[in-house]
Amino acid sequence: MENAKKFGMVIDLDKCTGCGACMVACMAENNIPFRADNTDKMLSISWMHVYKLNNRKLFPDYEECYLPRPCQHCEGHGGHSPCVSVCPATATDYDMDTGIVSQIYPRCFGCRYCMAACPYHVRQFNWWDPLWPDGMEKMLNPSVSVRMRGVVEKCSFCIQRYQQAKDRAYMEGRREIAEDEYQTACTQACPAGAIVFGDLNNPEHAVHQLAQPDPARHGHSKNPRAFRLLERLGTNTKIYYLSSREWVRKAGDNYLEGEFKSKAHS
Amino acid sequence: MSTDEKVNEVSADTGDQDPITPSSGNDATSQADEDGATGPIILFFIVGLIASLIVGWVIFPQLLYSQKRQPVGFNHALHNEEVDNECESCHFFREDGTYSGVPKLAQCIECHEEVQGEDPEEAKFVNEYVAKGREVPWLIYSRQPDNVFFSHVAHVKTAQMECVTCHGNIGESESLKVYEENRISGYSRDIWGKNIAGFKRNSWDRMKMDDCSECHVKENINQNSVQTLKGGCFVCHK
Repeated sequence: MENAKKFGMVIDLDKCTGCGACMVACMAENNIPFRADNTDKMLSISWMHVYKLNNRKLFPDYEECYLPRPCQHCEGHGGHSPCVSVCPATATDYDMDTGIVSQIYPRCFGCRYCMAACPYHVRQFNWWDPLWPDGMEKMLNPSVSVRMRGVVEKCSFCIQRYQQAKDRAYMEGRREIAEDEYQTACTQACPAGAIVFGDLNNPEHAVHQLAQPDPARHGHSKNPRAFRLLERLGTNTKIYYLSSREWVRKAGDNYLEGEFKSKAHS
Repeated sequence: MSTDEKVNEVSADTGDQDPITPSSGNDATSQADEDGATGPIILFFIVGLIASLIVGWVIFPQLLYSQKRQPVGFNHALHNEEVDNECESCHFFREDGTYSGVPKLAQCIECHEEVQGEDPEEAKFVNEYVAKGREVPWLIYSRQPDNVFFSHVAHVKTAQMECVTCHGNIGESESLKVYEENRISGYSRDIWGKNIAGFKRNSWDRMKMDDCSECHVKENINQNSVQTLKGGCFVCHK
């Protein structure tokens, strides 16, 4: 456990243009099924989803902001993230070595407790077996297993890339991988460089320097620009968002009128 | 119920021929049945039990697996004598740490451009596959489910494990065994193991998840997951 990693992400909302490249890259990398009509977001699946926020004001004060939302990989207290605690099948688990919430599809029997427990709507249910347009199954990523009807799926932080990076490191006689050897598909696809990925436990990684997690306060960021989604639930997420705009930081949690001070809560 | 009736009931149960009271009338008739039919009924159940055990442990396992022959015969022992680097001569690692597994035609062609020996299997291989440029559709005994991630490099290079530990003495075999495919799951019998009850004597008898985790628990590898307090799922799954 001395070398335990805690993979996490910092997403700079000031840089995000809402182009959706991260969503597309994620769909392609992770063999995410789609349907002829994918417009009903209650039924369609996307591990990475870009939301559009606005400050609820009228012109000329109107402002908007895009918020990409992968799985937050909550650590909670001691790894008890909301979905892991409720899963009756041990289909989802929290690995203290990597800080990644895993999902094993053949173990899942589709009760969807985890979807009810997740405060971020990151988990999605396969209502149908995936059906690829003719010939497209040849373009599937062989490193990612395809899900069947009746199971829940979600962002895995592109775990297959971590596995491949470790394989290469072992081949070269190393036990540790470098920061740039393991990057998620969305991170690499972002044309604005808004997404930064790495090990939050490693002070040399860019995510650690940007997020500045405070171990004494369950990873609460020391960076005044940073916030986490619904942080007061105690989910202790590993996705940090940066924004220089106060209303955006405020939108990350359900604040009462007049409650918000200059910085995210303590 | 009076005290007398209770006494009668008890005596009827013990089999005494006491005067029949209204409350114990049914006991007397069932007793007559037992006298004549107990033996055949017990025999019927014993025969039935033995028959179902035979069906379950012998006939069903035979029906469960279909038998397939490999497209071409292969002599591991013979090849092992010819090559320099033992198993890794043909089953090698690529530079990025991935494992090549079963050799492709391109490797075989290095020696088998033309027929070398007298073996009819080799002639078949050269004529049907090398000459036509077709890959051999080998049946893979150790094929794992889609969601399994197995890293050969972690086990062979980092943990210094021997091929034999999981694959057995395949390198010394002179012919390929029959490939038995589970008709329901589609996996090779080598995954469940030859013994239908699931007993194993050697580390290479089976290739189930239990066999992986047995060693991972013993060696204390990545035993840091929260729900199971054992290995993290994404160590071996994808």
